[in-house]
Amino acid sequence: MAEMWLTMGPQHPFSHGLWTLKVLADGEIVKDAVPVIGYLHRGWEKECENRPYPLIIPMADRLCYSASMTWSHVYCKVVEEALEIELTDRTKYLRVVADEICRIQSHLMWLAAMGTDLGNLTVFLWALREREFFLDLNVKLCGQRLTTNYPRIGGVRNDMPYYFERDCLRVVKRFEKAIWNIIAMMDESAIVVSRLKGVGVISRKDAANYGLTGPTMRGCGVDFDVRRDDPYCNYDQLDWEVAVCKEGDAYGRYRVRIEEMLQSCEIIKQAMEKLDKLPKTDPTRVKVPKNVPAGTHFARLEDPRGESLMYLISDGSDRPYRLKVRSPIFVNVSASKHLVDGVRIADIPAIMGTIDMCLGETDR
Amino acid sequence: MPYDSILNWIVFKDPMVNPFYNVYNLPYDIGFKLWEILGGAIAWLINLIFPGNGASKFLVSQEVTGILALVLMVVVIFAVAFVINLTMIWEERKVLGRMMDRRATRVGPLGYLQNLADGLKTFLKENITPSKADKKGYMWALSIVIGTSVLIACMIPLSDRWFIADYGAGLLIIFGLFAIAPFMILVAGWAQNNKYALLGGMRAAAQMISYEVPMLIVFASVTLMAKSFNINDIVAAQVGMWFIVPQILGFIVFMVAAVAEAERIPFDLPEAEAELVEGWQTEYSGMKWGLIMLGDYFRGYVACALGVIMFLGGWMIPFTSWNAIPEIVFLLKVFLIFFVFAWIRAAHARVRTDQILWLGWKVLLPLSVINLLIVLALKIGGMV
Repeated sequence: MAEMWLTMGPQHPFSHGLWTLKVLADGEIVKDAVPVIGYLHRGWEKECENRPYPLIIPMADRLCYSASMTWSHVYCKVVEEALEIELTDRTKYLRVVADEICRIQSHLMWLAAMGTDLGNLTVFLWALREREFFLDLNVKLCGQRLTTNYPRIGGVRNDMPYYFERDCLRVVKRFEKAIWNIIAMMDESAIVVSRLKGVGVISRKDAANYGLTGPTMRGCGVDFDVRRDDPYCNYDQLDWEVAVCKEGDAYGRYRVRIEEMLQSCEIIKQAMEKLDKLPKTDPTRVKVPKNVPAGTHFARLEDPRGESLMYLISDGSDRPYRLKVRSPIFVNVSASKHLVDGVRIADIPAIMGTIDMCLGETDR
Repeated sequence: MPYDSILNWIVFKDPMVNPFYNVYNLPYDIGFKLWEILGGAIAWLINLIFPGNGASKFLVSQEVTGILALVLMVVVIFAVAFVINLTMIWEERKVLGRMMDRRATRVGPLGYLQNLADGLKTFLKENITPSKADKKGYMWALSIVIGTSVLIACMIPLSDRWFIADYGAGLLIIFGLFAIAPFMILVAGWAQNNKYALLGGMRAAAQMISYEVPMLIVFASVTLMAKSFNINDIVAAQVGMWFIVPQILGFIVFMVAAVAEAERIPFDLPEAEAELVEGWQTEYSGMKWGLIMLGDYFRGYVACALGVIMFLGGWMIPFTSWNAIPEIVFLLKVFLIFFVFAWIRAAHARVRTDQILWLGWKVLLPLSVINLLIVLALKIGGMV
């Protein structure tokens, strides 16, 4: 069969959002691939320049629907660094719990999408069923399922309600059992394993050159996690492990994400213990000035998809002069040509599924 | 006036006095009686208006009743096949719903009318033909895919008294028509002038050459054991022992190939919706797509029914010769196999093109040949 360009996207079942992967297909074999993004560009960064600092938090939620907690967290973090505010311990642990809930539900969303990419609808529905409990936790913590709007500059919106610890531990306990059903659906199915193993391989060196971060990077043996190596929010006082897999193929990335979910459960449990020991009367929010002193600052943290970073230039007013977002997927998607080169068209969803695309933060 | 009352017109004759069937055929009997009631009523009405005419007597004569009973019989057989098909879709939806922990169908009693609602929905959609498509290939390939699927579903006998025709080459013809659809999928994929459809069609061709050969070898070993292509003979040959006992390998190979033939997960490569949008069905929309889905389930029914006929003793109940309603027994076996199909669909992901080729040529083909050798050895040893 002659070579032909196949435009997969923007309306395509595999793309999980509005983006295009132009594929040069020789029969079933992929010869070349060009990712095209920008369909969801909303002028996010420019719009932030016309808003007072607190009003950017709900906008940061909308960078990624399934990682809203971490995005508003990284925004609050950069402003706090500019203001040189030290948070209370209670706030830090509350943010840890919120971030890890966000991480688990985001990874479950990825697992669900992975299920449909591989053609297994059961994984999709089971993963979404488990995710629903974590969204309920979000509702209990901050009253909203997806766009949580929970972190504030200098703290969090509210302390957790009295029943939250009980519910949270219950959900985590249930999840630690239920996840094994889904793992069994994936790992004990020879078809799934054969679909994932050995495709989309990327080496450590290539990963470094492309600037990959997050599970995609840890899936090829790079032992780096911002939570551990550049600790924030008392992550260094909790006992947990960074999930790393040496293979660098789609299966390795899948394993890393599954392991991360289990580690997140550990983190939530430990953070809950720490919160228990802290006095309940600790403030969860400190008073912050309206204007941010002039200067440049950046803050980074571990998003479910990679390393999210915000770079702030402030000019002393109550609005940012410039707010730059470094989106992990924007960088990771640049490796898509490397990942899908030489595989079959059927492998493209399996490989790009393990990248876990999110277009809101990519196009901004 | 001898023909005054309607009861004088509706006289039940002997359906066995006909040139078409020499053994008792239940759907023909139903068609015969239906026409005796319908035609008798029509003849009575005509006779009321034109008393003493010849046409009325002609309508209820044995010869005309015999011919029109054939037409009604076809309608009856299709209606039953259609209801079986709807029941299977309903069964799959219910089973998948339970396995996936979600709501299944909700329309009608037990959700049974969901399929009709879906059919109505697709029927009301706009009928679109792509302007760049090859019109003849586009429509004819689709018609042949759906037509052969429905045809073989109607050709499957439900029992030794529920059949269209009892011919010597029964299974051979069903297999021949069964294999037409994947080939026409290739044509349809080409005719749509769409890259995804083209890739889907190519996959259908690649898939077909990998499972068709082992399937036919299994088919050969079954017919060798039964010494006949005739479906009645094959079922009758399983009185003492179902063929699944000596030919368990053949049963497994046949079921794997049948899942591929019916294009169900994990072998639904031609319509892999994750990477190929809807595969070879991409440009078929509205009722055309609805009919394709219906045809898919007809093929799923045929695959299950062939498995039951060839390996599970057809319409017979094991360890007893009593069998009041063989049709129900047969359908229960079919639904049982289809339950396994739905189970596989819930449990598995989709395989890749090279993987199904590997499976077909390196696993299924040797297994089917071993199965054939076992049958040959049993034959030579005089065991069967």
